Amino acid sequence: MADQLDVAALGAWVREFARSIAEHKDELTALDSAIGDADHGANMDRGMSAAVAALEASPPADPAALLKQVGMTLVSKVGGASGPLYGTFFLRMAGALGPDPADDQTFARALRAGLDGVIARGKAEPGDKTMLDALTPACDALEAALAEGQPFGAALTAAAAAAGEGRDATVPLVARKGRASYLGERSAGHQDPGATSTALLLDAAVTALSGSGG
Amino acid sequence: MKKLINDPADVVADALRGMAAAHPELRIDHENRVVFRGDAPRQGKVGLVSGGGSGHEPMHGGFVGMGMLDAACAGEVFTSPVPDQMVAATKGVDGGAGVLHVVKNYTGDVMNFEMAAELVAAESGTEVVAVVTDDDVAVQDSLYTAGRRGVGVTVLLEKLAGAAAEEGRPLAEVADVARTVNAQGRSMGMALTSCTVPAAGKPTFDLPEDEMEIGVGIHGEPGRRRVKLAPAREIAEMLVEPVLSDLEFSGGDGVIAFVNGLGGTPLIELYLMYAEVARVLEKSGVTVARSLVGSYMTSLDMAGCSVTLLKVDDDLVRLWDAPVRTPGLRWGV
Repeated sequence: MADQLDVAALGAWVREFARSIAEHKDELTALDSAIGDADHGANMDRGMSAAVAALEASPPADPAALLKQVGMTLVSKVGGASGPLYGTFFLRMAGALGPDPADDQTFARALRAGLDGVIARGKAEPGDKTMLDALTPACDALEAALAEGQPFGAALTAAAAAAGEGRDATVPLVARKGRASYLGERSAGHQDPGATSTALLLDAAVTALSGSGG
Repeated sequence: MKKLINDPADVVADALRGMAAAHPELRIDHENRVVFRGDAPRQGKVGLVSGGGSGHEPMHGGFVGMGMLDAACAGEVFTSPVPDQMVAATKGVDGGAGVLHVVKNYTGDVMNFEMAAELVAAESGTEVVAVVTDDDVAVQDSLYTAGRRGVGVTVLLEKLAGAAAEEGRPLAEVADVARTVNAQGRSMGMALTSCTVPAAGKPTFDLPEDEMEIGVGIHGEPGRRRVKLAPAREIAEMLVEPVLSDLEFSGGDGVIAFVNGLGGTPLIELYLMYAEVARVLEKSGVTVARSLVGSYMTSLDMAGCSVTLLKVDDDLVRLWDAPVRTPGLRWGV
């Protein structure tokens, strides 16, 4: 099928995420200044710029190779907590994709595998005020929408909306993981930077992938 | 932002070039951003590797040398180094007796060192043991949180475990010294001002002229509470009392008392603080065996200080007094 999730479509997703991170870099850093250490925007921008540069320098042959390359680049370039977490996310997604273009169900399974990787690496759970608070509802919403038979574009839109709601819902939470947890009760009242960048990842999927899948 | 920099993006690389120029006795791998002892690896000696975000100088790169670390990995400012760096450091200091990773308890540092240890295990037979420091009593520990932060005790641990490795103790014993030091040390910090991360260009938080933050870490993250500015004698009590109430320090062979500057506080104020800390300790019946006063674990240009107490026995005092020759700590040589 022409409208499958091939290496070009996933590359477009990664590039759109990188563009969006660059656009929101200052906002992410400002959120991190309130409850963290003021580096999330700069770190994610450095990592995603490097990931896009690597795609240009050595174009991967298939979807799994592409997401593996992105994951390895993030692990090698970002540091902090975001590097291992986003790196593990893309590496696990790659592991769940084959060399062939993915269909929408395979993409949903890969997204779930990425989520499981983040949980294993970070040992956090929903409600801890982390990126999981956006990623978990996004996975749930994508799977539910596909199960209802919705087209891929609509299912992605539902996933992105769920990620956005999850991001907004981090505001009142008291952080239990990451540097924000050192603030205790003072972390409440602030939006989590990791959940914010994860919502951008899902928005980027809507922009780049809605015309694909099937 | 007024800083002695060229470009905010180049701060870490430029500073490492300066370390290389100032300290020809060290060997700096600029590609991996690892500071090595010039004579690493030392055959038969346990290798000590630490690392963390930059902005805490002299920790960790300034503690590389005889009697302390064999290598230190420099991350971006306030950002953990990446596994590739730690793998390069571990391989570069492996003299056949194993390698100890000294890791401060921050989510990123712990995850990156874990990934590095997995990679080293997959690639070579080098035995790696990690010891995580978590001495900050400002953070409430719990099974469900990231746990206490690693702060001032890390400096003392790198000196003491470094001396144990220099004596030729095996990896298990060096790791025991490190774990004992972490278990017997506690810290508490405060800030008079925020710090400014070069890439951010402005202070991380606003702190009015008449207020201070109690319970800060070393990354410009705000503390647990904000209170009115007070005289140093009251600040000393606010810092020492939570430390004393967390661990029994009286009796025994005494403590190493460490008053650490966070980067923007002059030594005259640190000595003034030390006098107040010593007064509180005397009042509490705590004997000071050794002391350390100065800016050894900083938070860029933050004004403020931390107090660390470490309960020591004869062996730890002897390891403390052993010769050390690094850019940041140097005595007995």
